[in-house]
Amino acid sequence: MSAVGEKTVAVLVERHGEHVSQPTLEALTLADTLGVPVAVWLGGTPSDEAIQALGDYGAVQVRVVDADVRLPAVGAAALAAAGHDAEVFIVVSTFVNKEIATRLALLKGAGVVVDAAGAEVVDGRVETTQTVFAATWNVRSRINREVAIVGVRPNTTQAVAIEDAALPAVVEVPFEAPATRETVVSVEAVEASDGVPLAEAPVVVSGGRGTGGDYSLIREFAAVLGGAVGASRDATDEGWISHEHMVGQTGTTVTPALYVAAGISGAVHHRGGMQASGTIVAVNLDPDAPIFEISDFGVVGSLFDVLPAAIARIRKVRGE
Amino acid sequence: MRVLVTVKFTPDLQSDRSFTNGTVTRTADDGSMNELDENAVEAALQLVEAAGSGEVIALTIGGPDAVAAVRKALQLGVGRAIHVSDPAIAGSDVFGTARVLASAIRRVHDDAPLDLVITGMAALDGLTSMLPTALAVELDWAQLTLASSLSVADGVATIERHLPDAHETVSAALPAVVSVTDEANKPRYPNFKMIMAARTAVVETWSLGDLGVVPSTVGASGARVSVVEASPREPRTPVIVTDTGEGGRELADFLIERGLA
Repeated sequence: MSAVGEKTVAVLVERHGEHVSQPTLEALTLADTLGVPVAVWLGGTPSDEAIQALGDYGAVQVRVVDADVRLPAVGAAALAAAGHDAEVFIVVSTFVNKEIATRLALLKGAGVVVDAAGAEVVDGRVETTQTVFAATWNVRSRINREVAIVGVRPNTTQAVAIEDAALPAVVEVPFEAPATRETVVSVEAVEASDGVPLAEAPVVVSGGRGTGGDYSLIREFAAVLGGAVGASRDATDEGWISHEHMVGQTGTTVTPALYVAAGISGAVHHRGGMQASGTIVAVNLDPDAPIFEISDFGVVGSLFDVLPAAIARIRKVRGE
Repeated sequence: MRVLVTVKFTPDLQSDRSFTNGTVTRTADDGSMNELDENAVEAALQLVEAAGSGEVIALTIGGPDAVAAVRKALQLGVGRAIHVSDPAIAGSDVFGTARVLASAIRRVHDDAPLDLVITGMAALDGLTSMLPTALAVELDWAQLTLASSLSVADGVATIERHLPDAHETVSAALPAVVSVTDEANKPRYPNFKMIMAARTAVVETWSLGDLGVVPSTVGASGARVSVVEASPREPRTPVIVTDTGEGGRELADFLIERGLA
């Protein structure tokens, strides 16, 4: 078994177009504390800018697998090929990556923890931390296998650039895609909304039934705070805002540094998708709304009064 | 059309959930079938109803309490219920769970071929969404996961899945493992007659021995990951103000003070 710091840690790169996503940089920072990070780029060829960014956050190599990896069976095989010498794999905990992680675990006989908030090597084994049961419990788990796979949630590690990082070497990984039982019939790209994707945003401002369908103040407050716009299931079911914005156990799970719930009562399914956020603030007309029980700061009042006043105050303090 | 639905007994989301000795505390009085499994049962019932003939079978694994999950499925209209109950299953990770389920599914499939296994998109206790994939690998069947719609024609299942970056259409020859999201359908409510019938319906109980599963390969001893520490989090200490004209300013000041605005 390798000594601490010598494990090869393969990090699966997530990107938006050509740009490396922020959670990938966070994963590289975490990888650097576990061993020697190598970045794995699946599909296409990374730009010079992307290679530089991966190196800046600790990748000593960028391993490129040129394959169509839309199917989890192919993605897992490609990641296994690129990380043939890796003792630890880190992926960003998305629905697709959880499927890849599951197949990779079965290929490698590895142990896997997804939705982790952190990881460290203890006595040669990887241990992870995470919150469960809608963030009411902290759990530390130990991966009892030689190879560990960890899915990390965005915003749980602070990405730190390495000073004077060398440009990482780019290594082409030979790969033959396995035959699959599934066929991708069609792929229709979803138009990316402006700004940071919901799951990755450091700040999320969500509106619910209390908006009555008017999201202008929610959008404005999100813009002021540099955050993304979220919504409750009520709001997406009403068709007030698209499903991509739904925060909750079956929508997007978010763990931003700041979560603002405006006009959201805090049904159990919503809370499960945001309760692990750093700071939670709520604005609601109903003093008995369950969202207040899990808030750090709450205002009983109308969001149509409270948000404009808060926006004005922040702008004033900033001297805008 | 023969469809098997895997269902899970989960603690009530509204209850105080906890850990005992590294595993989830389960008590009979505050749990039921995982709510997202209702979408799986509904998808299966609709396919068989549309085909005009066939059978929907519900399968669960776990201790004596888990039978509540298949009883709920019976209330919704499934025709046959199987409960794999064995003390050795306790503490299984997703791979152990998939192995037991796959062994039971193979036994059903060998008796008369299944067209599909349908699961929910996640269990609302663990939320990892890993089981459908692990089950497809164990069975060596196609994996069609996170379906927001499902159709079957000419021996091929086709799903649509809505991912954050793309809407995909994926197909595979039967048999396949399909997981459906809560967008896929609107689960029906059981009627009084079905509830009464489900109470006395026969649930087949199988053991690991019946399935030829070696107990040490599942359960806590076979788990690839173990919980070493679990502790309740410090609850937040909410500061709640009532807006009398100053609420917005107070909210802004709170955010500024915490360096968040």
